[in-house]
Amino acid sequence: MEKQVILNSRHVELTLNRLSYQLIESHNDFSNTVLIGLQPRGIHVLARLKMQLEAILGKEVVCGNLDITFYRDDFRRRERPLIPSVTNIDFVIEGKNVVLIDDVLYTGRTIRSGLDALLAFGRPNKVELLTLIDRRFTRDLPIQADYVGKTIDTLNSERVSVEWKEIEGEDKVVLYTPENA
Amino acid sequence: MNNLSVEHLTGIKDLTRQDIELIFKTADSFKEVINRPIKKVPSLRDITIANLFFENSTRTRLSFELAEKRLSADVVNFSAASSSVKKGETLIDTVNNILSMKVDMVVMRHPNPGAAKFLSERIGAKVVNAGDGTHEHPTQALLDAFSIRERLGSVEGKKVVIVGDILHSRVALSNIYCLQKLGAEVMVCGPTTLIPKYIHELGVKVEYNLRAALEWCDVANMLRIQLERQDIKYFPSLREYTMQYGLNKEILDSLPKEICVMHPGPINRGVEITSDVADSKQSLILDQVENGVAVRMAVIYLLAAKIER
Repeated sequence: MEKQVILNSRHVELTLNRLSYQLIESHNDFSNTVLIGLQPRGIHVLARLKMQLEAILGKEVVCGNLDITFYRDDFRRRERPLIPSVTNIDFVIEGKNVVLIDDVLYTGRTIRSGLDALLAFGRPNKVELLTLIDRRFTRDLPIQADYVGKTIDTLNSERVSVEWKEIEGEDKVVLYTPENA
Repeated sequence: MNNLSVEHLTGIKDLTRQDIELIFKTADSFKEVINRPIKKVPSLRDITIANLFFENSTRTRLSFELAEKRLSADVVNFSAASSSVKKGETLIDTVNNILSMKVDMVVMRHPNPGAAKFLSERIGAKVVNAGDGTHEHPTQALLDAFSIRERLGSVEGKKVVIVGDILHSRVALSNIYCLQKLGAEVMVCGPTTLIPKYIHELGVKVEYNLRAALEWCDVANMLRIQLERQDIKYFPSLREYTMQYGLNKEILDSLPKEICVMHPGPINRGVEITSDVADSKQSLILDQVENGVAVRMAVIYLLAAKIER
């Protein structure tokens, strides 16, 4: 397995910083906007963005985590059942502008499930998508992100992993390529 | 570990501790789901489930049906009272007829012990036991333990006494297995005639005095006296049973510590438990009912994951 670092910790920080300002550009003071991180890995992107946004804006930004396990389209098509993570959305999303947040946009199927799961909480005014990495030309569904950290070209056999200081020990984005690809 | 070790849920006896913990972890998520504005997830859209009730039930049947519907499964209901069973059809024939209508899972309550296991060995669909005579009632035990875990933080190390008609109770047997697998200590308490002779071989304590049992325990699970299963008289009168083994506010308040009170329902108010105890804040009875739906969703979800496409 060949390993290539796409974003190092400095780049991850810069990218998150830019994304924060892009969000502020579109959502002003976040008075009618909520951010929702998709479990399991989108919540780490959300946690960082929340920290940055709150530092810039000087006020609390409403955030929640959404688990999409029960809305996936591959139940019974996998070897093992998927084990759900925690959903905590303790606010009303009816009429709100929602930004869904995930780490990697690949086939778009997770986001499709995420939209379904989100609508179980009410009818938002508008839903946008933010993703740290966009693997372009790999979509199975017509889904695109509104805010992208970095767009990359990948093969289906490759794997992109977003790693965090709190979990893996370092902030970075790594592309894994199998030897015979 | 994210797969059940069993293909059917016929009894708690067959489950491992990991299985039970997996069911609880999944049920935590479903509990959150059933408190959403839209209480339904699309996971089981392509699954059909038959609820076969050869014995009366309101709570369990409603709970299973709600759990199935909240998972988006298609549901067909069957009760023996209004069926061809009365015309002499055998269990296997009845079930095979239902299965040929492309049913993927069967939830069954039956008056004969072992009926669920018998069925699971003979049909292609997944079987969930919703009570088989005086044998097991696995989902009830799971929701009881889940409710204890929710109220007290964990089941490990807790002391639980099961009071009443242990002899005829499938809830008691399933609860003993489930609580022991999770590391709790279990005691049974009741009149000598309603305690099975070899029950201590399951590793439970036996106590004939209600007050002594209550002073020992953290949780008291009060069972219903099942008059419909008692072919002979096991105690002189209901009034005498109530005097000896009924839980009232007076006893509860005189205990050295605050215990939790559970009841699998249906309650005979004023027999095994008085109204003020059933409605007190120490009572978990309504939590049990709410958790029943979440736990059954978890069981069905995890078993459905094993249905081959």
